[in-house]
Amino acid sequence: MSHKARTRLSRYVITCLGLYSLAGGAFAGVLPEDRADVLYFRYDGGGVTINGPSMLVRKSIGEHVSVAANYYIDMVSSASIDVQTSASPYDDERTQSSLSMDFLHGKSTYSIGYVNSDESDYTAKTMFASVSHDMFGDLTTISFAFKSGQNEVFRNVKIDDVKQNDPAFNDGLGHADMESKSYSVSVSQIVTKNMVLSGQYEVITDEGWLNSPYRSVRFFIGTDAQGSQPEKYPNTRSSNAASIRAKYFLPWRAAVDGMYRFYTDTWGVIGHTAELGYVHPLDTKFAGGDWIFEGRLRYYTQTAADFYADIFPRADFSNFMARDKELATYNAITAGVGATYEFKIERFPWLSKGQINLRYDYMTISYDDFRDATYSLGKFGVLPDEPLAPGTEPLYELKANIFQFYISAFF
Amino acid sequence: MRIRGLFVLTALACTATGCSSIEPWVKPYDRENLADPIMSFSRAPISQDFLDHVFESREGSRGATGGGGGGCGCN
Repeated sequence: MSHKARTRLSRYVITCLGLYSLAGGAFAGVLPEDRADVLYFRYDGGGVTINGPSMLVRKSIGEHVSVAANYYIDMVSSASIDVQTSASPYDDERTQSSLSMDFLHGKSTYSIGYVNSDESDYTAKTMFASVSHDMFGDLTTISFAFKSGQNEVFRNVKIDDVKQNDPAFNDGLGHADMESKSYSVSVSQIVTKNMVLSGQYEVITDEGWLNSPYRSVRFFIGTDAQGSQPEKYPNTRSSNAASIRAKYFLPWRAAVDGMYRFYTDTWGVIGHTAELGYVHPLDTKFAGGDWIFEGRLRYYTQTAADFYADIFPRADFSNFMARDKELATYNAITAGVGATYEFKIERFPWLSKGQINLRYDYMTISYDDFRDATYSLGKFGVLPDEPLAPGTEPLYELKANIFQFYISAFF
Repeated sequence: MRIRGLFVLTALACTATGCSSIEPWVKPYDRENLADPIMSFSRAPISQDFLDHVFESREGSRGATGGGGGGCGCN
């Protein structure tokens, strides 16, 4: 049976894909511009390859309404560290479609949207609504947003070499439910004619089936042997996240920005995220168009969940037990560069501008308490020649290359 | 005590500025730089969505990622 822990998390998150692009502009009194984007992406790291296209179209209808649609496909080929120690590599595909509408009324923008995500063992339906309002001479924009998600979890098995949902999953129900809600408030503030500040606070609550249907924890048997059992998570999780970001226009027409986010949840995870970015357009045209270059650096660190352990002292050690490396203690650094070529085509006056974009990010994650268990358990059931004792394996490190190529057209 | 102090501070600020008629200190004609596309928090939403997905898949934290009151409401 394939182990799809990471994909499951992806699904939670991917359900949100499109919310940024569908969420309208940062300032309430102006509708976002009409545009169409086509993206091809590739993520390659930790034994997992994900690639696919994403398409986004945004179009105004009259002066007060803007609609946006996004279609996204995730093609996953996984032999992650979890899969290597407990299952067979697998391929899967997920599709997501979303639709949203913004309605501008005076200095307020009202937005609603719906996101549908389908995968062989996970479906998610999310609706969201928000309102933004400009005030104080349009220097300040305050926004409130609400999201609600209904998710259904399945477990895939192979019967007669055919992949299908396991009818025995969740005590014979065959499926499990998870419900999620999010409440957020954000404020954007023009501070000077060169600087804008933005702050956001978001509470997210989950209830239902939250752990992976596939992943196991491991535990000691005596001092030099190990066993495994399914993960056990709480049925609820509530999180608080607060972020602040600033962007500053430099004297030589370039922009620098920074972001910090603090995160805490009822599982005991405390996270800090910091990001720095720099955007630099060229002064002169090159190859018939304008060029914009971008560099970005992101640092992330977190503490482990209360019920996380790389290896537990014994079976059934506690009520809740997890070995998800995203619930471990670790830090991550991501560095990215991007280039945009911007052009106009005289023959197409309806096209205000076009863009060709390339972006590359390199991510490295160092885990403090998640060990590479292939040194003791082997890979795909094949034991290493000289297995190490459980709990003495080297700490795991993940390195990933992330490529994006996308074309944008503005109307 | 802290909340009461906040109220007093707000009241004083309102008295000093005349809350009902706050004058914008950055006039509309002074916002040319802010209107430059390079000042957008997300110049390319389709790319930002994808990267947000990658980060949220690899990081235990979630939410408050911007996007006009956005963030992830699904986990």
